[in-house]
Amino acid sequence: MTTATVPAPTPSARGALRRAKRRSTALGLLAWAAGLAFCLPALWMLLTSLHAESDAATNPPSLFAPLTLDGYRAFFGADTGVTPWPPLLNSLGASFFSTVLVLLLALPAAYALSIRRVRKWTDVMFFFLSTKMLPVVAGLLPVYLFAKNAGMLDNIWLLVLLYTSMNLPIAVWMMQSFLADIPVSVIEAAQVDGARLPTVLARVVAPMAAPGIAATALICFIFSWNELLFARVLTGVVAQTAPVFLTGFVTSQGLFLAQLCAASVVVSLPVLAAGYAAQDKLVQGLSLGAVK
Amino acid sequence: MTTAVGTTPQSPPRPAAAPDRRRTGPRAWATRAPLLPALVFLIVVTQLPFVATLVISLFDWNSLNPDKRAFNGLDNYASVFTDAALRESVLTTILLTAGVVIATVVLGLALALLLDRAFFGRGLVRTLLITPFLIVPVSAALLWKHALYNPEYGLLNGALSWVGELFGDTTPSQPDWIAEMPLLAVIAALVWQWTPFMMLILLAGLQSRPAEVVEAARLDGASAWQTFRYLTLPHLRRYLELGVLLGAVYIVQNFDAVFTITAGGLGTANLPYTIYQTFYQAHEYGLASAAGVVVVIGTIIIATFALRTVSSLFSEEANRA
Repeated sequence: MTTATVPAPTPSARGALRRAKRRSTALGLLAWAAGLAFCLPALWMLLTSLHAESDAATNPPSLFAPLTLDGYRAFFGADTGVTPWPPLLNSLGASFFSTVLVLLLALPAAYALSIRRVRKWTDVMFFFLSTKMLPVVAGLLPVYLFAKNAGMLDNIWLLVLLYTSMNLPIAVWMMQSFLADIPVSVIEAAQVDGARLPTVLARVVAPMAAPGIAATALICFIFSWNELLFARVLTGVVAQTAPVFLTGFVTSQGLFLAQLCAASVVVSLPVLAAGYAAQDKLVQGLSLGAVK
Repeated sequence: MTTAVGTTPQSPPRPAAAPDRRRTGPRAWATRAPLLPALVFLIVVTQLPFVATLVISLFDWNSLNPDKRAFNGLDNYASVFTDAALRESVLTTILLTAGVVIATVVLGLALALLLDRAFFGRGLVRTLLITPFLIVPVSAALLWKHALYNPEYGLLNGALSWVGELFGDTTPSQPDWIAEMPLLAVIAALVWQWTPFMMLILLAGLQSRPAEVVEAARLDGASAWQTFRYLTLPHLRRYLELGVLLGAVYIVQNFDAVFTITAGGLGTANLPYTIYQTFYQAHEYGLASAAGVVVVIGTIIIATFALRTVSSLFSEEANRA
């Protein structure tokens, strides 16, 4: 108020700047608080997995109980002898092979949709996408009946085929957008040199689109690793995947929380690693390529 | 599984139309050949089962009583719409989907706005925020059920004990979360997992907003709220639509959370869970298939809008390129 007598634009401008700075700091802190709050359940899972069973299930929670790897040892079968390796390896196999198959099918398809385009290529793109939109559960019964009659129940190769179909549309959409960025002249030069399509794909297209292909592979891997419904209905003892194993892991006897959290951490680790690695391309995969 | 949804996306202009003209002949087939394996694979694995579901839905077929299998026209569909449990699961599906989608969009938008500015450790905060999405859905559901909601030693009631202790309350309330609010419990766990998804889509939308326009508005003296209301929100409209529709398509299909947290009990059975149960436990193949067809028809309605939104974003990108 008194400052009004002195025409001093500098202090008021400095005040506005300071206010803006303070506001910006506050919003930054708010973002940090929101990030930590969102992560809290996951951090709690990690902390609980490192506690002894007697410290894991207390009320109020024992935050500062001593840390131990007993939960992990128990999960890997130290007490019961039941090891989680077969389901983990089944998940790994189903996710890995379906991802390879997806890439083998999607790369040439994306080539035909972006570099040397087929007629009505957008219609083809939307056909791929539309198959992703409709509920998995509607085709579950025929798949089950087919598998039963073909003797393919409880077999990870059946899951490989199903996960491939589940991820193929995502992969085609993502790779189409990556391949569209490759200059046509490079490919034409290779073709003038007489290279055939498989050679062009392997020697020219794949190396140039490598980061995009890697991100696509990671996202397909995540979706396959997470899948529960097909695995639950179509596998039994032999081909059981990690998510199915987890649902059956909870036993009603005694304290099990630390062990359960350890199991959840172990099963989530591959997805966390893949997801952090593909972070920048994650949104493109999740929005089926609609958002870059 | 799935079937095609008819859409007519606007074709972005093609750079080189010349080779496309030849519809037949060896050259056209050489162009199509790389596409065919993927296309044929997808049709066989996703479209054929759906045709089979359509056929089975017209039969009275319980696998425990296989001799009685008979064609019964649309009777299964009549049962789907009159069966109290199935009708309830339709309502549950709608409540679950709408609840999760609305909450995740609001939270996701708030978080995206917070992240759409430079501050210390922004990349790290983004990483923290996407973590819930990277927990395996079954693990996340187990985590919420046992480590958070458990009435005896869950973190929620533990926190209530702490707060109670702080205020000298020796008997703080210890609700049994899942028993008292089953649907809300499932919704909360799903909101936690899906908010990062919405945030990422909306953040991408915010970052595609032309910076000059926002700067111009600020120089013209627009307040932060005015800029948000009249510039940001209209620009985000398509991204919001995309988030809502894709979110709805994914959440309608949710099975993991319902299966793990409540096992479909306490009025939380959504359609995918009910269909799973009808076929896997009750062995009512015909009825389950009819319910499946009903879900597909419902999803086609949402998906048509979703595809239209994707299509308009897609042609925009293609035009820009």
